[in-house]
Amino acid sequence: MSTWRRLHVKVRAAQGLLTSSSRRPTEQHTWLQGHFTLCRGLSTGGPLRNDFFKDLEAQLAAMRKKAADALPGSGWTPFEINPNLPPERADIVIVGGGVIGWSIAYWLKQKERVRGGLRVLVVERDPTYSQASTVLSAGGIRQQFSLPENILLSLASADFMRNINEHLGVLNEDPVDLQFNQSGYLFLASQEVAHIMEENYSTQRYAGAKVSLLSPTQLKEKFPWINTDGVVLASYGLENEGWFDPWTLLNAFKRKAVSMGVIPCYGEVTAFKYTINVMTTADGEQVDFRRIKSVKVQMPNTLEYQPVECAIVVNAAGAFSGKLTEMLGIGLSSEDTITGIPLPVEPRKRYVYVVHCPDGPGLDTPFLIDYSGIYFRREGLGGNYIAGASPEEAEEPDISNLEVDHQFFEDKIWPNLAHRVPAFEKLKVTSAWAGFYDYNTFDQNGIIGIHPVVNNMYFATGFSGHGLQHSPAVGRGMAELILDGDFKTLDLSAFSFRRILDQEPMLERNIV
Amino acid sequence: MEALPYKRKQSLRRCCQGSPLLLLVARRPWSSSSAASPPPLHTKLLLFLTQRFYDVEMLLSWGSQMKRRGIQRKNAYYSYTQRFHGPNIAAAYYILSLRGGFKYVGQSDWFRADQRGRFSWDFLNHRDAHLEEVDMSNTVINYAGLWNLDGQRSLRTLSLRGCSEVDDWFLARLHMFQDSLEELDISHCPCITTGGLAALRNLKGLKRLDVSSLPWDFEPWVGRHPAGGNVAAVPHHR
Ligand SMILES: Cc1cc2nc3c(=O)[nH]c(=O)nc-3n(C[C@H](O)[C@H](O)[C@H](O)COP(=O)(O)OP(=O)(O)OC[C@H]3O[C@@H](n4cnc5c(N)ncnc54)[C@H](O)[C@@H]3O)c2cc1C
Repeated sequence: MSTWRRLHVKVRAAQGLLTSSSRRPTEQHTWLQGHFTLCRGLSTGGPLRNDFFKDLEAQLAAMRKKAADALPGSGWTPFEINPNLPPERADIVIVGGGVIGWSIAYWLKQKERVRGGLRVLVVERDPTYSQASTVLSAGGIRQQFSLPENILLSLASADFMRNINEHLGVLNEDPVDLQFNQSGYLFLASQEVAHIMEENYSTQRYAGAKVSLLSPTQLKEKFPWINTDGVVLASYGLENEGWFDPWTLLNAFKRKAVSMGVIPCYGEVTAFKYTINVMTTADGEQVDFRRIKSVKVQMPNTLEYQPVECAIVVNAAGAFSGKLTEMLGIGLSSEDTITGIPLPVEPRKRYVYVVHCPDGPGLDTPFLIDYSGIYFRREGLGGNYIAGASPEEAEEPDISNLEVDHQFFEDKIWPNLAHRVPAFEKLKVTSAWAGFYDYNTFDQNGIIGIHPVVNNMYFATGFSGHGLQHSPAVGRGMAELILDGDFKTLDLSAFSFRRILDQEPMLERNIV
Repeated sequence: MEALPYKRKQSLRRCCQGSPLLLLVARRPWSSSSAASPPPLHTKLLLFLTQRFYDVEMLLSWGSQMKRRGIQRKNAYYSYTQRFHGPNIAAAYYILSLRGGFKYVGQSDWFRADQRGRFSWDFLNHRDAHLEEVDMSNTVINYAGLWNLDGQRSLRTLSLRGCSEVDDWFLARLHMFQDSLEELDISHCPCITTGGLAALRNLKGLKRLDVSSLPWDFEPWVGRHPAGGNVAAVPHHR
């Protein structure tokens, strides 16, 4: 590479044709013409010699052009090359350009010590994000979790969003407007789960979240449109809770990261090239360690692909991260060995229904989560709301497409919705969509950290319905883990793959 | 080429545009015998700017960073004052430093900073007095600075008129005065949107809300405030 570059410099000095050849052909030609006309003017020979010189000049010009074209930096090569191909080498390849992937990319650049010191590539297979969870989510952020780790992730992410323009503002471009609605989450608990709500409340207060508990009377006072039948206790977030526009967050991360030098690439990662080292543990068990050498990026709509050599791969492929891990031969053999344990993340389809109800609760609507399992929130100010629920484990819908089951709304959601808010008895479903949860079947929490036997693949996946809100803090943690070797600001080690090996799930104690 | 960030692409393009010009100039002595002239000044300047583009960008972003730092410093948490003089004096000191004004419960005199930011230190004698009215209009108070007023349980009136740093997150934090606040003036605050308005629901005792000249249309929501619809919003002065 370096000799090539030196050559480049030499030729550049001698020729002075430089990179402009491919981009401004007309100017260059006129210039050459001018130059040779001048030369001809200077020559004094007869017509025959004139011809000879003319030929020579033409040949020299052709040679010069060929040499210039062959220089690196010129667009021309003997092969037709797709200009969208990723580079052949990168330090870190992030697979998945959802909000998690771009957040990690941003934080890696933010933390690099020398400008341009890290070559980060983000590979995304779908520029329209038609199946990405990020843009199909409900866009909510809450602090009301039961695990301190999740609460702290939310607090850190809310802090990031509050100062988003200090983090993601780009000079000479519009500031980021997340369209954040400071409306709070309202959880309603029945008799059976009220004690869990109380416990969660004290954990949340202890972690620094501003949450308040409401009795049914207080609830009715605050939200007169709620039917409090069956509600024993409610918890309501006062600060740092609400919802925002996921597209804006995704684009803001992307815009900033690209302005800092992250390389975006549209293509699909279809395979890895990796080496296997077999080692024997103290108990005589054989473990084969893998190390990824390169990532195969398949370009869209062609057979063309590009292997990208890299030092580190980050698996941020959301609902499809389990599939990506299988490409390394993980989780294919029996589950007794470490390599046999699959990444427990799979797509699970979730419906979101948009309803119109002019007499609904209006501006005062929080993000309400009822103990029956339904949720709803306001959408804009025109009397629209979005609502949804998670199906029973046994009734998980087919995930081969993103079609919406409207019967699900009629049977499972509407009755509960109308019971809780009588005004919703008269509503109209105006549209609906479905998206995939990046569902962690093991314990419905994020998996963050390195894989135990693939020593250069990092995970940031499996967030199962709260990945969007945690993306800023997860990205930061991931960048710390990769560049500093450990978590610095928030200790996320509890989310590591270890808990899956040890079969110790960290479950949220939810009221639904 | 797709791989290059937009900014760099721009400056690269600028380089490309600059180079033929420069090359022409450099080649001239080679191709003709006429006297070589140095590149004209504006070319040199352009080239210089192109090469220094990142630096210019850096300078600009430093400028805005410094400004932000200044605001942050002014809104720092007065922990030292808190520890030695108590939260009331810290709050008073913070307000006066930002050139705001306040009135204690049960008193009629206002404490204010003058035009040049000077103020009398009499407030040091009121260690146990709580604030009742606070006027922070046209100051740089922000979300972080609001911490200094935490614990003022008797605050009845708060004016934030024309505060450039007051945003939706700020409004969400006003829940700390939820039991006492009766009058709130958030007129002429450029950063407030409907997204923050929902948070005002937490102010149970709110009786008067001034939202005139906010960048969005507030009217449809006035009567629907959770305080029971008795919040009188001051009409728009357009
Ligand atoms: C209906 C619904 C509601 C939700 N509500 C909320 C909410 O209110 N709050 C919240 O915080 N979270 C919510 N979530 C969850 C949240 O959306 C996800 O946790 C989060 O978006 C995950 O981000 P991601 O970047 O990991 O995944 P994604 O956004 O799915 O991004 C992964 C990307 O990887 C790409 N990819 C996959 N495989 C490959 C490959 N082999 N090569 C190249 N690219 C690949 C995909 O095309 C995709 O764009 C919701 C999700 C759904 C479905």
